[in-house]
Amino acid sequence: MKIVMAIIKPFKLEEVRDALTGLGIHGLTVTEVKGYGRQKGHTEIYRGAEYAVSFLPKVKIEVAVASEMVDKAIGAIVGAAKTGQIGDGKIFVIPLDHAVRIRTGEADGAAL
Amino acid sequence: MKFPRPSRTGLAIAAVLGLACAAGFADMALAQNAAAPAADAAAPAAAAAPKLDSGDTAWMLTSTALVLMMTIPGLALFYGGMVRKKNVLATVMQSFAITCLITILWMVIGYSWAFTEGSSFLGGASRLLLMGMGTDSIASAASTIPESVFMCFQMTFAIITPALICGAFADRMKFSAMMWFMGLWSLLVYSPIAHWVWGGGFLGGLGVLDFAGGTVVHINAGVAGLVCALVLGKRKGYGTENMAPHNLVLTVIGASLLWVGWFGFNAGSAVTAGGQAGMAMAVTQIATAAAALAWMFVEWGLRGKPSVLGICSGAVAGLVAITPASGFVDPTGALVIGAVAGVGCYWGATGLKHMMGYDDSLDAFGVHGVGGIIGALLTGVFARTAINKAGTGLIDGNANQVLVQVYGILATVVYDAIVTLIILLVIKAVIGLRVSDENEREGLDITQHGEVIQ
Repeated sequence: MKIVMAIIKPFKLEEVRDALTGLGIHGLTVTEVKGYGRQKGHTEIYRGAEYAVSFLPKVKIEVAVASEMVDKAIGAIVGAAKTGQIGDGKIFVIPLDHAVRIRTGEADGAAL
Repeated sequence: MKFPRPSRTGLAIAAVLGLACAAGFADMALAQNAAAPAADAAAPAAAAAPKLDSGDTAWMLTSTALVLMMTIPGLALFYGGMVRKKNVLATVMQSFAITCLITILWMVIGYSWAFTEGSSFLGGASRLLLMGMGTDSIASAASTIPESVFMCFQMTFAIITPALICGAFADRMKFSAMMWFMGLWSLLVYSPIAHWVWGGGFLGGLGVLDFAGGTVVHINAGVAGLVCALVLGKRKGYGTENMAPHNLVLTVIGASLLWVGWFGFNAGSAVTAGGQAGMAMAVTQIATAAAALAWMFVEWGLRGKPSVLGICSGAVAGLVAITPASGFVDPTGALVIGAVAGVGCYWGATGLKHMMGYDDSLDAFGVHGVGGIIGALLTGVFARTAINKAGTGLIDGNANQVLVQVYGILATVVYDAIVTLIILLVIKAVIGLRVSDENEREGLDITQHGEVIQ
C-alpha cells in the first residue's frame, strides 16, 4: 500500500476528486496548505508598502491506495490538475505499512 | 492583565492641565480680540428671527444620524479591515468606545465649551450638563432648528474627530491610555478649536472659511495622529514583517458608509435644508469621485495596478478635502480640489510617511492631515461669492483669503500639536501608552479585550 500525496492548485480540487473517484478510489483527505516551489511568491502593495508573499495557498490531498493502483492514481491526478503553468504542484508517493477501518476493525486492503 | 485604575494623580493632572489651558485662553483672547475685526461667526444665522422650520429640523435629524453612522460602523470598519487579524476587535472597539465616551463628555462639558458664549478661545459654562436646554431652546448658530438637534449634530462631529486619530496608533496603544487620551483631547483640543472656528471664537471672527470641519475635524485629527505616531513609536516589526490588511472588504464597506454619511457631514453643515445644502451635496460627490480616480490612476501609473485600498483611500481623501470648501465652491472648484487631494494624499500616505520614517499605521495624518490642509488652502482659492456671500476666494479676486486660511491652519496645527504632546506625555508618565511587546505580538484583541475572531 502507498499514500499518494499531491500538492495541487486549489481550484483543481474538484476535478482531481472526480478523476480519482472514476478509478474507484473512495476516500480522500484534503488540507489547505501554504508553500512555495518554482512559482515562488508574489508581491502585494498596500498604500506603497510592498510585502513579498513567499508562501502561496495550495491544497494538499492524501489518498491511500493499493500498490498496483499507484500509477493509475498518479495518472489521474496529473491529468486533472495539470494546467501547464508554473505552480501546478507535485506528487509524492510514500510507503504505507498498515491501515485500519475504525468502525469495523477491517485491516489493510479491506480498510482502503 | 493589570491596568492601573484611573488614579487620583491622573485626575489631578487632568484638572491642572485643564486650568492651565483655560488660563492660557483668557490671556490670548485679549491679544486676539484687539487684532480681530468684530465680525461674528454666528452673525448670518443671528440675522433672522429664531423660528423653527420643520424641513430644516427634519434634515438635521437625518444628518445627525448619517454622521453618527460615519463613525459606527463606517470608520470602525474602514480601519478594522486595514489592520491585521489579531487587532480587528481592538480597532473597531476604539471607534465604539469613543462614541460612548465623547457623548457623555460632550453632554457634561464639551458642548458648552465649544458653542456657548465665552471668550474668543473657549466657550462658557452656561450649558454644562446641558442645563437650560429645553424643547424650545434654539442655538444662536442655528436659528431654525431646536438646540437639542444642533447639539446632537455637533456631538457626532466631536465623536468622529478623535476616532479618526485612532488610525495613527493602531495596533499598539493600550486601551486604558487610549480612553484617557481621547477624553482629555476632546475637552482640551477639540472643544476649543471648534469654538475658535464655529462657536464665535477668533478664527471664525477673522474670516477663516471652514464649512464643515476641514480645520476643526481633519487637520485637527490628522496632526494629533502624527504626534501620536511620533510619541508612541513604530509598531514592532514595522518595515520587516507583513502588515498587510486582513480584510479589505470591510474597508470598502467602511469607506462607502463614510461617503454616504458625509452627505450629512457636509450638506448637514448648511444647518438648513435648502440650496446651500444641495450644492454642498453636489460638490461633495464630485470631489470624492475625482479624488478616488486621481489616486487610482496615479497608483496605476506608478505601481502598475489600480488597487482597491487605493480607490477607497482616494475617496476618503476627496471627502476630507472638500469638507471645508463644501459650502463655498462650485462644481468646477470641487473637481480641482478632489483631483489635487487624490494626488496629494497619495503622496502623503506613500511618499511623505516613508520619507519621514514615522509609523502612521492607517494614515490618519497622510489622508486627514494632508487632505485637510489641501482642502483648507484650496477653499481660500476656489470660494465663490456666487455660491456663498460669506466666502470670496482668490478666484474672485480676494488673494487675502488664502493668507487667512494659512493663518487658520497654522493656529490649529500649533495649538493641536502642543496640547496633544502634553496630554500624551502626561499619560505616558502616569499609566504608559503602549502595550507590552509580548501583548503587541500576541495582538490587542486577546490581550486588551479577551476576545478573538476566528
